[in-house]
Amino acid sequence: MCNFALQFLKQHYILMELRNYETVFILTPVLSEQQTKDAVEKFKKILTDNNAEIINEEAWGIRKLAYPIQNKQTGYYYIVEFKAEGTLVAKLELEYKRDEKVIRFLTTVLDKHAVSYNERKQKGLVGKKPVAAEAKAE
Amino acid sequence: MTLVNEPVDKSVIRKKYCRFKKSGIKYIDYKNPDFLLKLVNEQGKILPRRLTGTSLKFQRKVAVAIKRARHLALMPYVADGLK
Repeated sequence: MCNFALQFLKQHYILMELRNYETVFILTPVLSEQQTKDAVEKFKKILTDNNAEIINEEAWGIRKLAYPIQNKQTGYYYIVEFKAEGTLVAKLELEYKRDEKVIRFLTTVLDKHAVSYNERKQKGLVGKKPVAAEAKAE
Repeated sequence: MTLVNEPVDKSVIRKKYCRFKKSGIKYIDYKNPDFLLKLVNEQGKILPRRLTGTSLKFQRKVAVAIKRARHLALMPYVADGLK
């Protein structure tokens, strides 16, 4: 039984599947525009350097926080959706932890429903009846 | 004077339904706090299934989405007079 599990793990480690992830990070609002840009570029570079495919990115900009974090009332939100191997997530999160400019971050795996939701959101179809959207596609 | 329970008008009782099943929503986005606000009470607590009628499958997803939104400071952990 244990042997079987090990084999299974090994197989999957070699044939590491690419999965869709979504990462959100919040930068401190005290940075200048250039510093913010540099920080965003730095994290995007980590992704692209590790063979991740960036699917979509979104900058919410400065937004009010629901509760203060490190005595800050606002934060700069940035969202990146990407496709990569699972090992990259640990590397990315380590960089988040090392960078003091990041006050909060979250990386999540996207299941198939989430992927299709994000696709529809990109096309601006979210909020409309899905039946109407499907009828249009056909 | 005797206390008598008021008769319940059966025609007024509406059956609860799961809003996600009914409208075909399959993914609950944690980045949309305006929507998630419907599923918490005014203190920011997650409303139970017995009040919202959400099916178990989606209640689990709602809980995860709200917790993620709280982590990202999109929703409060504790609030007063949210509505």
